Amino acid sequence: MLSVTNVGRRFPGGVQALHDVSLDLRESDFVALLGPSGCGKSTLLRLIAGLDQPDSGRLDWNGGPPRPGDIGYVFQDATLLPWATAEDNVFLPLRLRGVSRATAMPRVHAALLGVGLAGFEKARPQQLSGGMRMRVSIARALVTQPRLLLMDEPFAALDEFTRHKLQADLLDVWRQAGCTVVFVTHSVYEAAFLARRIVLMTPRPGRIDREIASALVSGPETRLDPAYAALVADVSRAMGEALR
Amino acid sequence: MMKWAPALFGLLALGLWEATVRIGEVPVYLLPGPIAIVGAFGADPIGLLQALASTLFVTFAALFVAAVLGATMAIGMSASRLAQAAIQPWAVALQVTPLPAIAPLIIIWVGEPFVALVVCATIVAFFPLFANTATGLAAAPPELNDLFRLYGANRWRTMALLRLPAALPFFLSGLRISGGLALVGAVVAELVAGSGGFASGLAYRILESSFRLEMPRMFAALVLLALAGILINFGLGALGRIILKRRGGT
Repeated sequence: MLSVTNVGRRFPGGVQALHDVSLDLRESDFVALLGPSGCGKSTLLRLIAGLDQPDSGRLDWNGGPPRPGDIGYVFQDATLLPWATAEDNVFLPLRLRGVSRATAMPRVHAALLGVGLAGFEKARPQQLSGGMRMRVSIARALVTQPRLLLMDEPFAALDEFTRHKLQADLLDVWRQAGCTVVFVTHSVYEAAFLARRIVLMTPRPGRIDREIASALVSGPETRLDPAYAALVADVSRAMGEALR
Repeated sequence: MMKWAPALFGLLALGLWEATVRIGEVPVYLLPGPIAIVGAFGADPIGLLQALASTLFVTFAALFVAAVLGATMAIGMSASRLAQAAIQPWAVALQVTPLPAIAPLIIIWVGEPFVALVVCATIVAFFPLFANTATGLAAAPPELNDLFRLYGANRWRTMALLRLPAALPFFLSGLRISGGLALVGAVVAELVAGSGGFASGLAYRILESSFRLEMPRMFAALVLLALAGILINFGLGALGRIILKRRGGT
């Protein structure tokens, strides 16, 4: 769906955020961008979203450049409008595209149902827990039925129990929606649990070191599965080598 | 006990004040006691309350004009960098110029006394509303601005759905600050205008009483002004809380 070729990005002040990065995204992929702070994971995500432009290299979209709504974006914070209900927050992307409220509401409610928030349509963000706010944020990203879902450390600020639940639910949502997911994380465990492809990135300058494929089909028992433990060990070892 | 402490302390102070004035035989043209002040209010309540109403009318007219002007100019400024560069220094210049220094000019230029007083009070009340609204318009987190860009929102939709709602709490706290300032502005303008101005406000009553050495009446007018200031502050604070509560979120 997207070919990123030899992309570089240098910020004013001379910091080389990305250097010669190439990555292919396929339909229904689940890619984790894994690396420490400052390795350019978020910068790469913003370039893919079109929120920032590369200084060198190309992004080629198979089937034309994305239109508004083709890409969903989930930030580390839920970044909801604090004055709007859950329903109105999820309605926002459709509203910005000129969809009427009456037409949008069935889709808004389906999106909230999809992330397990049926019954919370009228709740305001401050009445919801951190995990529930993140679910609203995911529903907002999915309501336009995007081809590509970009997630920038969405669960990093949540407690571990909530995180595990949201990881499992995200996989269900992804299998249902069939979109491509690019998931930025600095957690080896998270990357190993979620992704089909784990892309290791290293800092200064930010670049891709290597890619590890996973055949794991994660479910409720995965965290106890020796294959999962082995994958975590492989990724950890590779990360250690890459950072040396 | 904690709740009643301010009232008890106030009563105690008033009692001490009255006792000092009586025991020390302080002449009433220097310092009248609380009872004499209440008596002065009782002698002409209608006159003093009318004067208060007149000052409050100027205050709220100025607050309204300052709110409309401040918010409009902040929005205009945030829409364009050129407008920001052009407006900002003048707004600051207006803010740092002492009102008593320009009030005589305004009173001469404008002519119509009521309008002149409103203009003076507006100048004082304008800046917090303008500056707060401008801050609020830029207060939405950058991620939300990115989200609006991602979905192709133009600047007007971003203004209507993101920046204006984000600015509302800032505007309301500016309104509360400016409420007190508008009262100060109205009083200062009345003092400068004196008998040549709109001779019915509370400040004019204060001037008049001081010329006639009617200290109890002067104090009564002062107390009314202080109470009005407190009520404006609490009233606008409560208004802001109600609006934000009804809208939900902060």
